[in-house]
Amino acid sequence: MSKLEAEDTDGKAIFGFWVYLMTDCVLFASLFAAYAVLHNNTFGGPSGSQLFSLPFVLTETLILLTSSFTCGLGVLSAYNGHKDKVVAWFSVTFLLGASFLAMELTEFSHLVHDGNSWTRSGFLSSFFTLVGTHGLHITVGLLWMVVLMLQVLRRGLGTSTVKRLTLFSLFWHFLDLVWIFIFTIVYLLGALKI
Amino acid sequence: MNLFFANAFLGKLNWSALPHDPITIFGASTVVGGAILVPCLLTYFKRWKWLWREWLTTVDPKRIGVMYIVVALLMLLRGLSDAALLRTQQATSVGASHGILSANHFQQIFSAHGTIMIFFVAMGLMFGLINLIVPLQIGSRDVAFPFLNATSFWLFVAGMLLVNLSLVVGEFSAAGWLAYPPLSELQFSPGTGVDYWIWSLQIAGIGSLLAGVNFFVTILKMRCPGMSLMKMPLFVWSVLCAMVLVIFAFPILTVTLTLLFLDRSMGMHFFTASGGGNAMMYVNLIWAWGHPEVYILMLPAFGVYSEVVATFSRKRLFGYTSMVWALIAITFLSFSVWLHHFFTMGAGADVNAFFGIMTGVIAIPTGVKIFNWLATMYRGRILFATPMFWFMGFVVTFTIGGVAGVLMSVPAIDFQVHNTLFLVAHFHMMIVGGAVFGYFAGITYWFPKIFGFRLNEWLGKKAFWGWFVGFLLAFVPLYILGLMGATRRLDHYDASLGWQPLFIVAGVGVIVVLAGVGFQVLQFVVSIMQRQANLDTTGDPWNGRTLEWSTASPAPFYNYAVIPQVTERDAFWAAKQAASDPDEEPAKPRYEDILMPKNTPMGLFIAAFAFAFGFAAIWHIIWLAVVGLFGVIICIIVRASDDEPEYYVKAAEVKKIEATAKEHYL
Amino acid sequence: MTEHKPVIVSHHQVGRPTLKAYVVGYALSILLTVGAYLAVTHHSFQKSAAVTVVVGLALTQFLVQLLFFLHLGTETKPRWKLLVFMFMIMIVAILVFGSLWIMSNLNYRMTPQQINTYMQNQAGL
Repeated sequence: MSKLEAEDTDGKAIFGFWVYLMTDCVLFASLFAAYAVLHNNTFGGPSGSQLFSLPFVLTETLILLTSSFTCGLGVLSAYNGHKDKVVAWFSVTFLLGASFLAMELTEFSHLVHDGNSWTRSGFLSSFFTLVGTHGLHITVGLLWMVVLMLQVLRRGLGTSTVKRLTLFSLFWHFLDLVWIFIFTIVYLLGALKI
Repeated sequence: MNLFFANAFLGKLNWSALPHDPITIFGASTVVGGAILVPCLLTYFKRWKWLWREWLTTVDPKRIGVMYIVVALLMLLRGLSDAALLRTQQATSVGASHGILSANHFQQIFSAHGTIMIFFVAMGLMFGLINLIVPLQIGSRDVAFPFLNATSFWLFVAGMLLVNLSLVVGEFSAAGWLAYPPLSELQFSPGTGVDYWIWSLQIAGIGSLLAGVNFFVTILKMRCPGMSLMKMPLFVWSVLCAMVLVIFAFPILTVTLTLLFLDRSMGMHFFTASGGGNAMMYVNLIWAWGHPEVYILMLPAFGVYSEVVATFSRKRLFGYTSMVWALIAITFLSFSVWLHHFFTMGAGADVNAFFGIMTGVIAIPTGVKIFNWLATMYRGRILFATPMFWFMGFVVTFTIGGVAGVLMSVPAIDFQVHNTLFLVAHFHMMIVGGAVFGYFAGITYWFPKIFGFRLNEWLGKKAFWGWFVGFLLAFVPLYILGLMGATRRLDHYDASLGWQPLFIVAGVGVIVVLAGVGFQVLQFVVSIMQRQANLDTTGDPWNGRTLEWSTASPAPFYNYAVIPQVTERDAFWAAKQAASDPDEEPAKPRYEDILMPKNTPMGLFIAAFAFAFGFAAIWHIIWLAVVGLFGVIICIIVRASDDEPEYYVKAAEVKKIEATAKEHYL
Repeated sequence: MTEHKPVIVSHHQVGRPTLKAYVVGYALSILLTVGAYLAVTHHSFQKSAAVTVVVGLALTQFLVQLLFFLHLGTETKPRWKLLVFMFMIMIVAILVFGSLWIMSNLNYRMTPQQINTYMQNQAGL
C-alpha cells in the first residue's frame, strides 16, 4: 500500500471513530436527561447529598484525569517511535484506570450493602445506570489497552498499531470528558442539593 | 436438583413457550418450514460453498445491498400477512361476533406488524438501496469500512430472526410497536414478548447506528476527484442527511430500550408506576428517537425520487440547490418536533404551541421538494416507466397524508384525532406512500444495474396499480372512521356505530394490495425467466444522468477500473454529451492494481453471538448470555488483530474483466 | 529495538499533539477540578452562586480538555470533526434541555396542592 493510501485509511478511521464518539455523547446525554428528570425521585429513600462522599469522588476524578494525561504521553511516545515508553505510559494508564474502576466498584458495593441499590428508587436507578455505563466504558477501555499493549509488544509500532493507539486515546480522553459532567452534575450538584 | 439445572440451563424456557392455537401454529410452521426448507434446497443444489463464498462472507456492498432487500421483501410478506389478519378482524369483529383473533393475539399482531414494517422492511429496503448505489454514485470502489458494513447487515438479520423466533418460541410484545410503559413493564407484560421486542430492536439498532457512521464517512471521504458536495447526486445528499439523523437519533433508542430492559430485568425504576419512576419520560425519549426515525425512512426515498424524476423527464433536476437546502433544513428541524407525538400527554399550551409551530414549519421544505419535482417534469419529455408510476402514486398519497399531518400539527385539532384511525391513515400514507413507494421505485429503477437484465414493465405497472388502488381503498376509509371517533388498535366495536361498511372497504383494499404484491412476485419470476431476452448490454438502460450508469450491468465487484474524474453535476450525462462529439477519441484507460478488502466470516459470527446473547437475555439463560457476550468480544479482538484484511487485484486481471464486460459509454 | 522511525499519522486529522499541550491541559484540569470541589465543600458560597461557579468550571474544563487533549479545532480544513462535534452539542442541548422543559411542564394542569400531593406520593410518604 502506498504511504498516501495508508494515511488516507488512517484519516478515515480516525474520522469514523470520532463520529462514533459523537454517538456515544448522545448516548450519555440521554442517560443524563433521564438522571436530570429522575434525580429527585428518591421515593422516601436517601438522596445524593446523603450518599456521596466528595473526597472519595475527588480522588477518583484526579486519578482518571491523570490517566488521561499519561495516555497522552503514551501517544506522543508512539508518534516518536519509542516502543518501550509507549508500553510504560500505557501500563501506568491501565493501573490508574483500574484503580478508578476499583474505587467505583467499592462505592457501588457499599451502596448496595446498605440497601441503596438500583431497585430502591428512580434516583438510584438512574444514578447506577449513568455512572455504571461510564464504568462499563472504562472496562472496555482497559480491555482494549491490554490487547493494544500485546500488539505493541509483539509487532512493534507499525502504522496500523499507531493508528489504533490514536483511536484508543480519543476514546480514553472522551471518557474523562464525560466524567467531568458526572462529577459535576451527579456529585457536586448533588451535594449542593440541586 | 433437576429443576435447578433445568433452570440454570434453560432459564425461563419451557414447553408452554411453544404455540398452541391454529393461527399461531400456522405462523410458527412457516418460520420453521422456511428454516428447514432453505438448508434442504442448498444441500440439494450443492450450493453451500457458493453461499458461503459469495454471500455469507462478502464485504461487497452490492451483495450486501441485495441481501438487505431480499430480507426486507420477505419481511414485507410477513408484515402484510399481519395486516391482512388485522383488517379481517376489524371487518368482522362487530357486535356479537368477535372475529378470528383473541384480544391478546390481535395486540401481538399489530405490535409485530408495526415493528416489522418499520425496522425490517423500511429500514432494510433503505439500507439495501444505499449499499447498492451510494458507492457507485460517488465514483468509489467501496464504503469506508467494508467489514463494519457486513457486520451491520448481519446484526440486522439477527434482529429479524429474533422477531420471527417469537412466533415459534414464546410470544411477541402486545404493547404496540413502541411499547409504552407501564403496559410494557413487568407488572403488565410479565411474559417474554416485550423482551423479544427490546432485543430484536436493540441488536438491529446497533447495526443501523454502525451503518450510519459508515455511510456518513463514506460520503464525506470517498467521493471521486472533482465531486464536490454540490456536485453529488441528490440521492447521495439525501443519504448523507439521513445518516446524520441515524447517528444522532439511534443512541437515544439504545438508551431507552436499555432502561426499559433494566426496569424489567433488574427491578429498576425508570418508568415504573411506583418507586419513583416516570412513564412519561419513556414516551418523551422514545419519540425523541422516533421522530428523526421517520425522516430517516423518508429522506433516501426523496433521493430516489430526485433521481427517477430527472432521468424519466429527460431533464436536469429543477432547483438542485434548494433541494439540498431543503434536505439540510429537514435534518435540523426533525430534532425539534418530537412532542407532536404526545400533544395530549399533558404539557401546557406554551410547550404544545412551540412544537406545533415547528411541526408546521418542517412541512415547508418538504413542500419545496414536491414542487421542484413537479417543475422538473414540466416541459420534460417524460417516459412513463414503472419507476415514474411509483413517483406519481407517491405524489398523490404523500400529499394527502402530508396535509393530514399539517392538520394535526395544530394541537387543538390533534386532541380530537390523536390515536384515532385518522392518525393511522396519516402515517401509513407517509411511510407507505412516501418511503415504500420510493424504495419500490428505486428497486425497479436500479434493478438492471444490479442484475444485468430489465424487469418486465407490464407486470410492474400492474403491480403498481394493485398497490396504489388497494392502498387508497385501505386507508381513505380510515380517515373517515377516525373523524367518526374510531380509536386505533380496536379489536371489537359495537354494531350501532355504523363503522363496519368502511372497515369492509378497507379490508377489500388489503386484498387489492395483495394482488399488487402478487404481480410484484410474478414480475420477478417472469423477468428472471426471460432475462436473456432482456439483457442490459449498455449499462445504461434508461439514458441515465449519474455515474452508476457508466459501469457495466452488473457492475464489476470493484465498481470502477479507473476512478472517474468529475467536473460537474450529472457527471455521466455531461460525459455522454461530450463523448457524442465524433472527433473525440475515447481515452485508453490505464489500469492499475486495485486494493480490495478480503471476504470475512467475522461479521456473521459477531451477529450470531449477538443473537445468542439476545435470546439469552430474553429467556434469562445466564450461561448463554456470557457465551454470547464473550463471543462478540473475542471476534472483535480476532478481527482487530488481523493486519492483512486486504488484497490486490492485479491490473492484468482488471483489464480482462473490463474487456469481457459489455460495451458501455465511457 | 526500542527506537523506530517516527510514524506518519495523518496529523491533519488528529491535530497537533505536543507535550506542552498535554502538560498545560493537565495542570489546568487539576486546578479546575479542585476549584469546583472547594466551591462546594467550603460552604463559602450561596447555593446559586456555587452552582454557577461549579457549572462554569466544568464547562471551562470541558473546553480545556477538548483543546489540549483532543486537539479539536486544530485540524486543517475541511473541519469535519468540528462540524460534527458542534452538531452533536446542538442535539445534546435540545435533548437534555428539551426533555427537562417538557417533563417539568407535564405538571402544568395540576394545582400547587396537587403537585405537593403528587410529590409526596413519589417520595413514598
